[in-house]
Formats: sequence, structure tokens, C-alpha cells
Amino acid sequence: MVQRIRVRYAKRGPLRFTSHRDVARAFERALRRAGVPVAYSQGFSPHPRISYASAAPTGAASEAEYLELALQQRREPRAVAAALDAALSPGLDVIEAVEAATPGGLAERLEASRWRIDLPGVEPDTLRHAVTAFLAADEVVVERTTRQGRRRVDVRAAVVSLAVVDEKPASTAPAPPAAAPGRPGSPSVAAPVRSTAPSGVADVPCAILDCVVRQVTPSVRPDDVLSGLRVVADLLPPVPSRATRLAQGMLTAQGEIQDPLEADRGGAPTESFG
Amino acid sequence: MAVETVWPRLEELLPRVSKPIQYVGRELGAQVKDWDTAAVRWALMYPDAYEVGLPNQGVQILYEILNEQPDVLAERTYSVWPDLEALMRAHGVPQFTVDSHRPVGAFDLLGVSLATELGFTNLLTALDLAGIPLESAARDDSHPVVIAGGHAAFNPEPIADFLDAAVLGDGEEAVLEITDIVRQWKAAGRPGGREELLLRLARTGWVYVPRFYDVDYLPDGRIQRVVPNRPGVPFRVTKRTTMDLDKWPYPKRPLVPLAETVHERYAVEIFRGCTRGCRFCQAGMITRPVRERSITTIGDMVAKGLAESGFSEVGLLSLSSADHSEIRDMCAGLADRYEGTNVSLSLPSTRVDAFNVELARELSRGGRRTGLTFAPEGGSERIRKVINKMVTEEDLIRTVVTAYTNGWRQVKLYFMCGLPTETDDDVLQIARLAHEVIKSGREATGSRDIRCTVSIGAFVPKPHTPFQWAAQCPPDVVNRRLQLLRKAINSDRSLGRAVGFRYHEGEPSLIEGLLSRGDRRVGAVIRRVWEQGGRFDGWQEHFSYQRWVDAAAEVLPAYGVDLDWYTTRERSHTEVLPWDHLDSGLDKDWLWQDWQNSLAEVEQDDCRWTPCFDCGVCPSMDTEIQIGPTGRKLLPLTPV
Repeated sequence: MVQRIRVRYAKRGPLRFTSHRDVARAFERALRRAGVPVAYSQGFSPHPRISYASAAPTGAASEAEYLELALQQRREPRAVAAALDAALSPGLDVIEAVEAATPGGLAERLEASRWRIDLPGVEPDTLRHAVTAFLAADEVVVERTTRQGRRRVDVRAAVVSLAVVDEKPASTAPAPPAAAPGRPGSPSVAAPVRSTAPSGVADVPCAILDCVVRQVTPSVRPDDVLSGLRVVADLLPPVPSRATRLAQGMLTAQGEIQDPLEADRGGAPTESFG
Repeated sequence: MAVETVWPRLEELLPRVSKPIQYVGRELGAQVKDWDTAAVRWALMYPDAYEVGLPNQGVQILYEILNEQPDVLAERTYSVWPDLEALMRAHGVPQFTVDSHRPVGAFDLLGVSLATELGFTNLLTALDLAGIPLESAARDDSHPVVIAGGHAAFNPEPIADFLDAAVLGDGEEAVLEITDIVRQWKAAGRPGGREELLLRLARTGWVYVPRFYDVDYLPDGRIQRVVPNRPGVPFRVTKRTTMDLDKWPYPKRPLVPLAETVHERYAVEIFRGCTRGCRFCQAGMITRPVRERSITTIGDMVAKGLAESGFSEVGLLSLSSADHSEIRDMCAGLADRYEGTNVSLSLPSTRVDAFNVELARELSRGGRRTGLTFAPEGGSERIRKVINKMVTEEDLIRTVVTAYTNGWRQVKLYFMCGLPTETDDDVLQIARLAHEVIKSGREATGSRDIRCTVSIGAFVPKPHTPFQWAAQCPPDVVNRRLQLLRKAINSDRSLGRAVGFRYHEGEPSLIEGLLSRGDRRVGAVIRRVWEQGGRFDGWQEHFSYQRWVDAAAEVLPAYGVDLDWYTTRERSHTEVLPWDHLDSGLDKDWLWQDWQNSLAEVEQDDCRWTPCFDCGVCPSMDTEIQIGPTGRKLLPLTPV
């Protein structure tokens, strides 16, 4: 291993239904297709050295997923980003790649996430009321199933901030989610889809939640936050909500998320792909 | 006609089902073509879960060949799991393709790949979810033509009522010729409607349209005759054979799924057909003659397939891969090319032969070792003569010991239970063989750290094989023998500990037997089972034996037959079999003679190395054996 590359990527549109394992397989194959000289572990069954950090749950979209690659030959990070992005299915999009210039792991820097949760069919005022109740509580305990069985988690403790966004969802949801019928060629014709409200519900109200959640164990996911709102205010969205992770990184004293690659970038200009 | 994607409605359901990614599509290699400008539109279905259906070679090959045609569009659809099925019914979402999520009911044709009879109920689910009437007779011009292929289509009679048509044999050329017929019929303004289109297909002589054949029965329940009921429809429908596989190097762009599937590899078929002559093996009988791909085409396909897909595993597939005339050079050449690249190569081969170990060792030079499986199929020398699996006990022990001395710690041995003429002793011999293998292996390696796994399945007699007349062994007999075998394996504690034992109960095999050799009357049983909730019958956790037994008891007495009549009853030479009008090329008299030879424990050699024994296929199908060697070698790949 001669170089570590840190990659920020997005999981968008229909590909938000990929699981962490699906994403890992897709990256391993894309690295081979792109000819990126990734280092392999030793041993009976060598595997590529890729470290994934706190992946978004199946069904949640993300604009801020991170992984770290170990390479056996030096490569220009921007070239790696471009080649990898071209080899991945549209919807798994590489946003940025930088060489690791700082010691320590990437995972420790991912202290918190900012989520946007679209709640079609929910009136913003109803949501506002629930948010107020949630923030007023000292503790909001929800039950969730983990690999270790059912666990009780205090969601309130993990939530740094929670607010209702004043925004019309339609204005941020321009692209249709499926590959547009009537266009020839591979699925690459489909434009990546940003956070959108589920189609077909454009005429119903859609409240939008903005929240910053600390990375804790077991992790508190957008679904858990919604369960918390149900516990405190009986909020029950009529159709599935849609969550998008907007940012991940270190948590500042002001409760903001700080870009985890900033230290590695060292002030160099950034370039984005996808 | 605008056809809308069901995606927006489906998307709302996906957060509520398990493994939603399997319904999303967007595989590498997937194609979404323009709907409106396509002259002919195919939906291709593999009637099982996505994780099983996606890697299917047949579907991938036809999908690619069809989409290469500029005016043809092909998309894929798979069985949805019961959780999504319930939601789709509740929300009115129809069966959809994964490529662009268009409703299956909007396509011109629905091509179904029938690899196993236990997928029949899944076909009904898909038709029903698609809004296509289950009975072919109830469909009109607005419905797709439902056309089946694959090995189970060599006897489509049990699902004759649900199919519009079936094609026997290789699909590469057939699918294009069917497309031509549909294209012309549509361009001419659909003259004569659906009936005329089906007639045009039937008159080719190689598309079977069940409704154009009447089946008459004798008072005792046997078939009297099957005759065409339209002019110009042939008495017998012949299978298709693709010659010169080098001209058809598919899949070129393998589908690479986002979801996890049962095979994560680039698979290349190194030859098609097999003339080893194992009497139980339907695949070997119906895919004759042997047609090899050349070593250089295979090398090119592997290189391109890996570059396109990013897979790190290559499977060299066929019915008996070590039999390829250039297998040695192929394995050495591929091992040279991919040494040190983390690409692993494997032969799924199962023939008992030390040569296989040599090949496997060559392929695993790069470091990764895949498991070794051998298939002696029968436990005793006698039963192996009955099934024409020409392996001596000495061969088997030498082969497995060679594997152990070459560093494999574990081998898998595959057997069958319930074979014709089988006795308890034939099955108990499996235990003795396994013990011998371990004993010899321990002696040869000086190590106690070696194991073998005995994997055993119940035999199902199949159409177009010498065993098509045989009585199927009842499940209770199979199960009793399996229990005796388990005891015998464990009778020696030291040796028994080194032998793993995996088996399936006999009951699902009896139902597979009903569906394999059934006639049109079995269709009512399938429908009844489906109505009672039968889904995913190939999956142990979904299969209900009782549901099948009950449905058979409910439906069949009206015809004077029953489950046993179809399964455990031996057929006579003169009986008209439900698939006699479907011509696999095998001469029925030759099959009968081979059945008699089997009972006399007389073996039959392979026609690749001995004179032709007149099975009938080559002359009747106008085909010939196509094998090497070409004498060419695989050169090192030039790094790009």
C-alpha cells in the first residue's frame, strides 16, 4: 500500500435501495473495471482494501457517503474519481476524491450527520408541533431491532438539532426517478436524482425535516427519529418518508457539520463529479 | 400507445419489502430502449426470484441478441416475493419489467424460461399480476403471446392451457425468427388476429402451439393420440439446434446486478450438449449433439466479459467441462493470463476423473481454490451400470485421493437415491464408498484433516430419457433409504465424523415427477395449488407437499387417474407418452433399447470416441458433432 485515497460519493434515486453490501460489491467491481490499482489483503482469500464508514441505511439516499481506498500504485485522486464514477452505475456517483494527507481514520471524523427527511402527506404545522414536543422532552425512547435483538434507544440524546424546513418540495424535485422511457441506450441516460418527494404526490402537502444526528452506537437513523416523533406526538406519516443524508463530518460547537475531507484537501481547489 | 412506467407507484411500496434493490433493475449491461419506435417488444421472464433468475444464461443471451436488433426491445421480469405480491395486489401495481418498470401486459410477447417444473406456479402468479388471463383460450389480441422455452418446455403439457406456444431447444436463432414473424404480422395490420399469428408460428414446424393439438384419452386414462386440429400444423414439432457456437459469443455484456445473486461470476459456456449418455440426465439427452466453442473464442469471451463486468470469478460451464477437446490448453492458457490478478477460474465439473483434479489445480495456480465436486451418482458398481455412469470404485477413490494429496481438504460427492432397480444395498454402498475414500485419503496424506460431504438427491424420471418409462420411487422408500444411509455412515465413528451428509426428502421430487411427466390434465392440479397459495415451489420454506397432494386428490379422480398413476407407475412400450409429438431428435426405439440395456446393466459408450450408436438426433435434426481440437493456443493478453 503506497497511497490512501478518500472518496465522497452519493447514493441517489432508485439506488438508495442498495444495502451497504450491495454498495461494497458495486465498488469492488467498479474498481476492477476502472483499472484502479487497489491493494489487496494477504491470505487465503485476498480482498480489496476498502474501508467503508458509517453507511446510510437501505432505502435512505445520501449526498455524503465516505470510503477510503488503499492503492498499491500512486494515482492522481481526481483521475481515480473520474474513472470510478464512470464505472459505477448512475445513482452511485463519486463526488470527490482526495489523497489522505492526515493520519488517523476517516471514521472518527464522521461524528454526526445532517439529514433531510421529506414527509409527503404531512402538514408542516403538524410536523412543527411534533418537533416542538420532541425537543422539549428530556428523553425519547424508541424500540428498534438490531442484530443483537430488540433494543431501547434514546433518540433525543443523539439529536443535535431538529427543525421544519420552509420549502416547497416540488421546487427541489425536478427529475423523474425512473430511467426516462423513450430514450435508447444504457441506463446511464438517466440523470442522477437529487432528494425528491415521491412522485405522484405533488399535490399533497409535504413537510420537510432537517436534523443533525450524532453518530452513536447503535446508530440513530432517520426512521428512529420519526419513531421518536410518533412517541412524543403520535405523528404517523401516511406514506413512506424519504430521507437523504446531506452531510457527514465533525460536529462544531455551533452544531454544524464540518467537511471531513477539508484537512486532507489542504486548501486545494475541489472538483466534483457525478 | 403510451405505456407508462409503474415505477412511481412501485417506489412507494419498496420501503416496505425485503431486499428492495432486486426490483430496481439498473444492472450494468441493462438496456432501456425506446418503446414507441420498437416494432416488436419482448418481456423475458425467469419465473423465480431475482437472485436466482438474474444470472440465468438463457435469459441473458436472448436479452442481448434481441436488443441488438435496432427495432426490437427486450426487457426482463422475475418473480416477486409474496411480500411485494401482496402490496402490488393491494395497490393495483401490475407485474413489471425491471429495466424500465413497464407493465408486462403491454408487451407483444412474454418469453418464459422454464428451467424447472417447480417454477410453474410462479408463472401463474406473474400472468395474474400482469393482468393476462391464465388460460390461453381466454386471451385476446391485446394480450402478449406467452411463449415458453428451456428444458422444462420439452414437456410443456402440464401447462399447455396457460401457454400460447413453446419452443424446444436452442433459442438464439429461434427468438429472432419468431420476432420476424411477429414483426411482419404487426406490419400487415395484424391480419386474422391472435389465431393467425399463432398459426403462422405453428406452421414453422418448430413452434408448438398446444391449442392446435387435440389430445384423446383411452378409457383407462392413458393417452390415445395427439393430433393437430388445423391444416398445415405438423404432427410433430421439432427442436431447434444452434450450430457453430463461435458465431454466437453471448453474453458479450453480462448483466452485473446491484443485488446479491446466487452466481457472482462471468460464465462462459464452453460447449453445449453431452453424449456421455447418463440415462437419468435429461439435459444430456435433449441437447445433443456436442458443439464446442473454440479455445480462442472462449479466451476472447472471458477477456471481454471480465473487462465489461468487473467480475473476479469465471465459470467454464458445460454439462461435463473436462470433456472439451482443448480443456487442458484452455485451463493452462487462462491460468497464465490471470495469474496474480485476483481473478479466480472454476470448472463446475463433476465427472469422476483424476484429470479433473489436474485441471482444478491448474486453474487455482493463482491462489484461490474453489471446491471440488464429483458425481458418481450411484453407490454401487451395479447401479452405475444401470444409469450408464461408467465409474469404477477404483476410479473414484483414486480421484478423491488425488484431490487430497493435491491439497484439497474437502471434496463433495453427489449421489442419487430412488434410481430404477435400486435396492437398499445400492444406497448403503455409498456409506462404504465414503468410508473408503476417507481411509485411503488419511493413508495417502498422513493427515486426519480431510473430509468429504455426501450430497444426495432423489431421482426424478424425465421425458426424452431412457428412464421416461420408469416407475418413480415413492418418497417413503427414498426417505427410509436415506435414514439407513445416515446410520451406515455413522456406524464407524472415526470415519463417520469425516463424512458430511446432506440430503433432501423425497416428497418435493415426487411433485417434480408429477410435473415432469404429466399431461394436460395436470394443469388443473397446478392451478388448484396456485389458487391455494402455492408459490416458489422450488424453495423448501415455501413448498407444501400436502397442498399438492390435496389438489391432486381433488382434481384428478374426475379423469380416472391419480398422483401415483403419474409418478410411481411404470409405462409400457406402446403407451403414447404426453410428449411423443415433441421431437427432441432422439429415436423412441433407441430410447427404449437403452432402457432395456439399462435393466440388463449394459453400458453405452460416448459417440465422440466410438462409432455412432444411432440415437437418431444428428440425422433427424440435420446436425453433427462439432468438436476440436483446433490446435490453437491462448496467447498472453497485452496489457492495455
